[in-house]
Amino acid sequence: MTVAPAPTATGSRHYREPGSVVIEIEDVTKEYKMGEEIVHALRGVSLNVRRNEYLAVMGPSGSGKSTMMNMLGCLDTPTTGKYHFTAKDVSSMSDDELADIRNREIGFVFQTFNLLPRSSTLANVELPLIYAGLSPSARRDRAIAVLHSVGLGERMGHKPNELSGGQRQRVAIARALVNNPSIILADEPTGNLDSRTGEEIMQLLEDLYAQGNTIIVVTHEEDIARHARRIVRLRDGLIESDVRQN
Amino acid sequence: MNFREILQMALGSLGVNKLRSFLTMTGITIGVFSVIGVMTTVTALRGSIESGISQLGANAFQFQKYPAGFNNGNNRKFQQRRNITVKEGQRYQQLMEGVAEIISLELYDFGAQGAAQATYLNRKTSPDLTFAGGNQYYFPANSYTVGVGRNFTQADIDLARPICVIGEDVNKKLFPAESGLGKVIKVRGRTYAVIGILAARGTSFGQSQDGLIIVPITRFAMEFGNTRQSLNIATQAPSHDLYNETIDKAITAMRIARGLKAEDDNDFDLFSNESLIASFAKVADAVAAGSFVISGIALLAAGVGIMNIMLVSVTERTKEIGIRKSIGARKKSILAQFLIEAVAISLAGGVMGILLGVAGGNGLALMLNASVVFPWDWAAIGLLVCSGIGVGFGFYPAWKAASLDPIEALRYE
Repeated sequence: MTVAPAPTATGSRHYREPGSVVIEIEDVTKEYKMGEEIVHALRGVSLNVRRNEYLAVMGPSGSGKSTMMNMLGCLDTPTTGKYHFTAKDVSSMSDDELADIRNREIGFVFQTFNLLPRSSTLANVELPLIYAGLSPSARRDRAIAVLHSVGLGERMGHKPNELSGGQRQRVAIARALVNNPSIILADEPTGNLDSRTGEEIMQLLEDLYAQGNTIIVVTHEEDIARHARRIVRLRDGLIESDVRQN
Repeated sequence: MNFREILQMALGSLGVNKLRSFLTMTGITIGVFSVIGVMTTVTALRGSIESGISQLGANAFQFQKYPAGFNNGNNRKFQQRRNITVKEGQRYQQLMEGVAEIISLELYDFGAQGAAQATYLNRKTSPDLTFAGGNQYYFPANSYTVGVGRNFTQADIDLARPICVIGEDVNKKLFPAESGLGKVIKVRGRTYAVIGILAARGTSFGQSQDGLIIVPITRFAMEFGNTRQSLNIATQAPSHDLYNETIDKAITAMRIARGLKAEDDNDFDLFSNESLIASFAKVADAVAAGSFVISGIALLAAGVGIMNIMLVSVTERTKEIGIRKSIGARKKSILAQFLIEAVAISLAGGVMGILLGVAGGNGLALMLNASVVFPWDWAAIGLLVCSGIGVGFGFYPAWKAASLDPIEALRYE
């Protein structure tokens, strides 16, 4: 488990040398049918993401940002082009194979947290491990360890509606981390939080990055994107710029 | 992910909507209740009738004026038949000599004073004794044995002696401390000397079979004979192999005794254990078939109810399905989860229906004096059918849930 034991001081800025390629996107397009009309959400995008990168995908609404996020998260497959995830060809995978990739390789963090409302914190965090087929005791141990690492060791029996927004997002992050994924994919992770709590969550992501996780944040907020070490900007379904910032 | 975990998940989400799950379940409960209730009653009654009827004795059959069965007694066609007289009975007995030995002639008084009460000194029996005339074969033909004292002799019959053989209930009531043999008891104003006491036979259909007083048939006809009385003639074939042959010969003998011409139809009815059981089975089968149809319809309606509630549930939980899929649930995991929910509702309803049905059916059976049964076979079939309904009607909603697009489902509010 590559998780920080406790948040480090705000403002510290780690930089890790990127490792092997995790995501390899080659000239990907995506088309939707919206009624009679065909929407070209992505018009030919190529992108490589390596391990230990902290990447922000930016763009105004309608830029193809959400489609990009769904594609990166293996929730969707491209219309044309190639997508390799850890050298495996995602573009030709079946639904169940995609589900396995999402389960083992990707940790999702959503704007609206997307926790199961009637399950406890612990049960929410255990859920990916259930689908991964772990034994109940192994699941429990791992979920408890991860919850401690995000500072929620005391909240494991609470239901989501008994937690604050920041705490809920921490649960979601714990859930994303619990199966030790190759990437953490955060979609507007601070969108439903006040700016102070949002900053705390970004610090948590920063710490996770410092621990060696690969993080992709999809956002339209410059403040959030500034945390990343590399910013990819989309416009009209194309990559407008791809800038590293240390 | 194993079955137990999916089951826990499914039961957990059913617990969230307790009232809704319960109401949906009720439909199944009613359907299962009706068929299990009826089948329990029928099974209990059938068991009792099959054991109770053997009072006729093995390989025995009986001639009487009215056919055996249910409510045939009022039919005019049978009422207009001539009564079977003691004389005809004795003639039949003669004709059957060498064919069957045990031929019981029985004369019951089913008039206003059908039941009787016996007294000795200041002691009384209950007023519901069976009081009948019989011959020396009454007891073997009706599965009684004389415990103390003796049976009637042919001379007792021929001379119409004022004597009687009594059941154990009568004996206990009238002679609690001393032997009843030789004592003279009073029944309907007449007096009879006790010559024999029957061995106790216990109860059938919850009724004691030991409350009876039998006097020689000739004496009974002399003292209580009236135009409403018709003889019952029970005949016991010498062996099971000779049963059918004996019946054939008996019918011929009976026709001769009744003075029928060749072209006349039989003006008497024959019944046997088999015919009684068969006539009950016919009624039971009709009732069972009716209850099958009714509960089939009820279960179908309940199945549609389950499908409906599962579709509602899938729509309500679209977001949950999206979340599960996004974190790696495979199609079949979602399918199994919703399918098990449907089966769990159905099975819970089924179990409830079986419990209520067995309780209700046995309650009814007890009221009819039959013994308690648990119809394992019908319970098993009931559970199987309920699982089938759960799978059958739950499959479409579950498949719909499993096939949701994760992106659309996540976006659903």
